[in-house]
Amino acid sequence: MSETHPFTIESFYKFVSERKLMAAKCSKCGTLLLPPRPVCTKCLSTDFKWVELKGEGKLLSYTVIHVSPVQFQSMVPYTVGIVKLEDGPHLPGMIRDVEPEKIRVGMDLKVDFETSIPTQWPLWPRYFFRPL
Amino acid sequence: MVRKPLVSIVSAGLSKFGRLEGIYGREIFAEAVKEAFERCPNLNPAKDIEALFVGHMGESYEHQGHTGPTLADWAGLLPKPAMRLESACASSGAALRTGIFAVLSGMHDIVMVGGVEKMTHRTTSEVTEFLAMASDFPFEQWHGITFPGLYALMATAHMHKYGTTEEQMALVAVKNHHNGALNPKAHMQKEVTLEKAMSSRVIAWPLKLYDCSLITDGASCLILTRPDLAKKFTDTPVHIIGSGQASDAIGIYEREELTTLKAGRLAGQEAYKMADVKPKDLDIAEVHDCFTIAEIIAYEDLGLCKPGKGGSLVEEGSTTLDGEIPVNTSGGLKSKGHPVGATGTAQAYEIYLQLTEQAERRQVSGAEIALSHNVGGSGATAAVHIYRRG
Repeated sequence: MSETHPFTIESFYKFVSERKLMAAKCSKCGTLLLPPRPVCTKCLSTDFKWVELKGEGKLLSYTVIHVSPVQFQSMVPYTVGIVKLEDGPHLPGMIRDVEPEKIRVGMDLKVDFETSIPTQWPLWPRYFFRPL
Repeated sequence: MVRKPLVSIVSAGLSKFGRLEGIYGREIFAEAVKEAFERCPNLNPAKDIEALFVGHMGESYEHQGHTGPTLADWAGLLPKPAMRLESACASSGAALRTGIFAVLSGMHDIVMVGGVEKMTHRTTSEVTEFLAMASDFPFEQWHGITFPGLYALMATAHMHKYGTTEEQMALVAVKNHHNGALNPKAHMQKEVTLEKAMSSRVIAWPLKLYDCSLITDGASCLILTRPDLAKKFTDTPVHIIGSGQASDAIGIYEREELTTLKAGRLAGQEAYKMADVKPKDLDIAEVHDCFTIAEIIAYEDLGLCKPGKGGSLVEEGSTTLDGEIPVNTSGGLKSKGHPVGATGTAQAYEIYLQLTEQAERRQVSGAEIALSHNVGGSGATAAVHIYRRG
């Protein structure tokens, strides 16, 4: 079923709406691509499979945003970080359900999914991270 | 050791940097051009200048794209070919490099390069949104990561890996404001104390207001010639002897390390090799301090110190005006200001002044070799140039 989805960012977010974190796995060299791309960055192969990631990992770095663009103004201050997933790829996103003072580099986080669909282009549902 | 120059700078111009009310980007550019023409009376601009390459990042600010011919018109250069280069905050660094290509190719003997941005008439929130366009949309902007946020992620990683402190970052601001206070064209010509910088409001922790460069209006330009023609126009040309540029992943999360900008390292290495210059040979440098952590990372990427030692370098005072290697004598993006499209050639303008002994109260006496380091966005582009007194 998932093989019918093209290896695009649009497909990635379609999976997010199904509460799945998916990456493209190169059939030739096994590299995991997140974001998915039409060509493997390692071996230039164009043959991929979708694989579901566990979505757990460790926090590489974070920041607390106090000045935001208009659309996020109601949320400030909010925390964003980059997570090194156990599966390999690094993924940025918001960190929720934890006080900013308790956030530490190296802490364990797990991906979760918003249920609401944004009304603004490009209408992608958002994933985020929370403590494991 | 003396390398043949790639091109020579025979004149340069810079508008006043700051909040320039009631004046359009194209008019600000004309102000910079006027200075460059006045500095070079032997040049007949309309006849001699063969092409214009300009950096300009955003249409959104003034609802104005197609900046190349617009600026050529206001500079009095119609019908000469004109082209806009967009590489975010490295737009005019890229325009400078393109001007070098144009002259080296033999297609043109004399060209103007420059850049402009008009930003201060927009709200901070709008500017935050426009600047973020230089970062990855689907995974960074879409999740609320701002431009200061990206450099804050680098700062947190640098603090965690190397023990760099918020005080060390603030010291970059203190140093650059000191220099900017000596620059009559700087946006913010005033000193800032460490206490004031440290207690300023948080923008994206650990970055505070004084860790961020300024939202500024401004324009800059240079006139480049074939090196053998330079003496026709000036007795004191500045030669460009090295040029490097590199690209990296648009999303910082895809990079191997958050504590270094690989594109900056590679562009630096290319420029040093071309110029046959080593970091210790530099007398001054203008580096891309869009945020204080960016200057600390630039020291490391350009080999002014070892990785992880950038915080100590500023703390020891090595990069002050009277230090071993003065960095950002102009005040940098931090105090002189950062009209993004103008920044690359504004750095070259400061180096032109320094290498021709025209930098007045901030002159580094006898400076011979200099480097400029211009970063686009969060480091997906970097352009480095090396200069020698002519």
